Parts: sequence; structure tokens; C-alpha cells
Amino acid sequence: MSDTADRVQKIVVEHLGVEADKVTVESSFIDDLGADSLDIVELVMAFEEEFDTEIPDDAAEKIATIKDAIDFISSNS
Amino acid sequence: MNQPARRVVITGLGLVTPLGGDVETSWKNILASKSGAGRITKFDTEGQKCHIACEVKPADHEYGFDPVKRVDHKVQRQVDPFIVFGIDAAGQALEDAGLTEMSEQERYRAGCSIGAGIGGLPGIESESLVLANRGPGRVSPHFVHGRLINLISGQVSIKYGLMGPNHAVVTACSTGAHSIGDAARMIRDDDADIMLAGGAESTICPIGIAGFAQAKALNMSSNDEPEKASRPYDRDRAGFVMGEGAGVVVLEEYEHAKARGAKIYAELVGYGLSGDAHHVTAPHPEGSGAYRSMNMALKKSGLNTADIDYVNAHGTSTMADTIELASVKQLFGDDIANISMSSTKSAIGHLLGGAGAVEAIFCILAIRDQIVPPTLNLDNPDDGCEGVDLVPHTARKREVRAVLNNSFGFGGTNASLIMKAL
Repeated sequence: MSDTADRVQKIVVEHLGVEADKVTVESSFIDDLGADSLDIVELVMAFEEEFDTEIPDDAAEKIATIKDAIDFISSNS
Repeated sequence: MNQPARRVVITGLGLVTPLGGDVETSWKNILASKSGAGRITKFDTEGQKCHIACEVKPADHEYGFDPVKRVDHKVQRQVDPFIVFGIDAAGQALEDAGLTEMSEQERYRAGCSIGAGIGGLPGIESESLVLANRGPGRVSPHFVHGRLINLISGQVSIKYGLMGPNHAVVTACSTGAHSIGDAARMIRDDDADIMLAGGAESTICPIGIAGFAQAKALNMSSNDEPEKASRPYDRDRAGFVMGEGAGVVVLEEYEHAKARGAKIYAELVGYGLSGDAHHVTAPHPEGSGAYRSMNMALKKSGLNTADIDYVNAHGTSTMADTIELASVKQLFGDDIANISMSSTKSAIGHLLGGAGAVEAIFCILAIRDQIVPPTLNLDNPDDGCEGVDLVPHTARKREVRAVLNNSFGFGGTNASLIMKAL
């Protein structure tokens, strides 16, 4: 995984309490990692902190998988 | 109508206290006259008037608390510590009662009544600072439901699928006792067969300590001798020591418990409650509210004062101790000579909304083990203590047939429970 992917994975593991090897690029936050909609709000806030970026609400609503998060961060930082 | 009254028994216990992360460790340390008090480690107390508390110890401590077994990692991150303590104590109680695997039909008849006196003060404090310093967009999406008082009952009901009454009492330091008493009435009134009932608190945070210190409720003169700070009935008592933790019991309808062959600790036979209608923080000087609360519980129990062997006092280590004692003397009359009365707050501090439930559990264990826990630091009993066995310093073996447990709270709210061996 890239540096961005590693950092995203670390945040997800810490926030959701899931095993690191369960967190793949394809993982869906809700379907695969047991998150609910409020967990995603919290994860998006954590990504904003970690990558010193702002993820607007309409963009945040489209983040459903690890890949969505990495893609947004990569193209906006 | 006119059906025989449904009886309520206790079939499970759960504790998180400054002296242990479970029932047996806490009780063993209480009986060994250990103190849970120390310098506050949760935050830097520089500038505070009070630097001591009875904190729940971390998992690596000899009698620490490890939430890993019963509280989901994600929940631990999202909620205030009082909820974590409450979920764990509720889980312990269900396990102890053998009720973790109930059928759907049973779970419709099983509920929760687990409250707190104050709720998520540490989280309200810290998130207010986030709001002030970094703006509303940084406030946690879990802020509200991670601080609400009824969210122990909420979390526990979700975790264990309990679909009966879902309730949470908020009566300051009487919360734990009211929670148990109210839940027992729900069973008696046929709203449920099983109720998880109790209370929790965790407000050892800068604004919690500062607030109680400003209200002149805390001991602020024993910062260098934390273990000696909580000294109920002693002439030199000077305010309470804040504790934290949770106590939860399984209340169960007697026939239900008997039919499944449950271990029955005791029967809850009396519940009394009253208001002082006097002052927001001080008790009525004649203890009239306390007396009426105890007397109501006694009448409901069908017992006489001669049947009661132990009183677990509210006894916070404040001036109010001797007011409570005078009202206990008034209630018991000549029988006062035969009872033992102690305050376990001398060992674990004042658990506020958790106190009544934790102390009810100590009462139940006193019945189980036929021993009464001590009042620590009672070196020089104050005027008014004459003629009462306050169990100074060390636990004592004695007959314990029935017990009275008192809790009184800010706002002038009083609750008394009477439990007896079956």
C-alpha cells in the first residue's frame, strides 16, 4: 500500500477496532468493517486531521470504501 | 387485582470499583480494610483545591479494571467512562445470574434501569473545549449519545437484546438506590420478570473536582494523606472523597428465579423514598427526610427493627453523617444497640450516582458471608455516635439476616432499600 493507504488503514483500525489485515483497499466501511453512518462522519474528521485537508459534506457522503477515501485524499492534498 | 404480590429477588451482581474490576476483588479488598484513595492521575490537578480521589485502577494494576472482555473497542472510544463501567458491571451481573443466553420471549420480559447522577461530565468538558478552540465542525458525532445518562441502559439493552422496560434514574447520589427500587416495582407490577438495575458514575475530571470543591463538598485538607481523607463519623472528617465506578444487580421475580434453579442472594423486601423539601445541598437538620425514607422501607418490608442487623449508611464523611445517624437512632430505638452500621465510602469514596447500587451489593455480600464491612479512619467518633457499633477499622463476622441501605442526594432526595436472606 502507498503511504496514504497505510495512514488511512491505521486510522480505520484504531477507530473501528478491526484487525489490520481485514482492511483492504476494496473494504466497504459499512458492509465489511462494521461501521455505521456516524462512524464514517468520525473517520472523515480523522482523515481531515491526518492529511490536513477539508472533505466537504457532499464529497464525504460518497466515501464508502477505503479506496474512495484514498482517492479523495490523493487528488486533494 | 387481588393477586398475590410478585416477590423480587437478587440473582446476579456486577461491580467496578476503585478496589476492583469485579465483585469478589472489590469485596475482598473492602473486608481487608484497603483504601482506594490516592492522588488523582487522570489529569494535572495544578491549581485545584482538591488533588485526591478514589479512581478505578488501570488494567495492569493489582486490582485494576479491564474493559476489554465486555465492552466493544468502538464503544469504549465513543462513550464516557461511566458508560463503560456500567456496561461491564451489567455484563458481570448477567453472567453471574446465568442469563446471557435468554430466549427471545424471555428478553421481551427483561429490561434495564441503570442510571447516573451526573453523566458524561468529562466528555462534556473536553468537547466544549474542542468547540471553543476549534469550532463546531470538530465536535464528535458521538458527543451526545456518548454522554447521555440513559445510555448505559441503552447500550446494555442493545448488547444483550433486552426488550423490556428501558429506564434510567437521575437523582444525584440516590440514583443507584432509586434505580433498584424502581426496577423492583416494575417486576412487582408485572412489567418485567428480570431487570438489570443499578448506577454508575465517573466525574473525576477538572470541572467535576472544581465544581464539588467550590460547593465545599470535597475534602481539601488531606491532599497529602489521601487514604485518611474519607473518615465518616470521625470528629475530623472534612468532606467526601470522589469515587467512580458502577454497581448493577439482576433483579428477578421470585417464581421465575426458582423455576430456573437460579442462585438467589437475597430478597428485596423494602423500598422507601422521600424528599427533604429543605435545601439543595444540605440535609434537613433533623434528618426528617431520611427518617421517613427508612420508615417507609421498613413498613413495606413487614420487618421490625429487631430483624435488621446491618445498616450500610450514606455516611459521606461530611457534617451530614451525624444527622443520618440521629435519624437511624430515632428509627431503631432500643434496637440500635444490636445493629452494626458502617460506611464503605471510607474505602472507595463517594461514587455519587453509583453509590447506592454498589453499597446495595456490599449489603447483599454481607448477608451471603455473614460479615459486616468496616468504617475506615474512624479514630475519634464524633458526638452523637455513642451507643452505635460503627464497625471501626476492621470487618467483623456477625449474624446478618436483613440489611438497610441508605442513599441521599443533592436536591433533598432520599432512598432506602431493605434486603433480607431468603
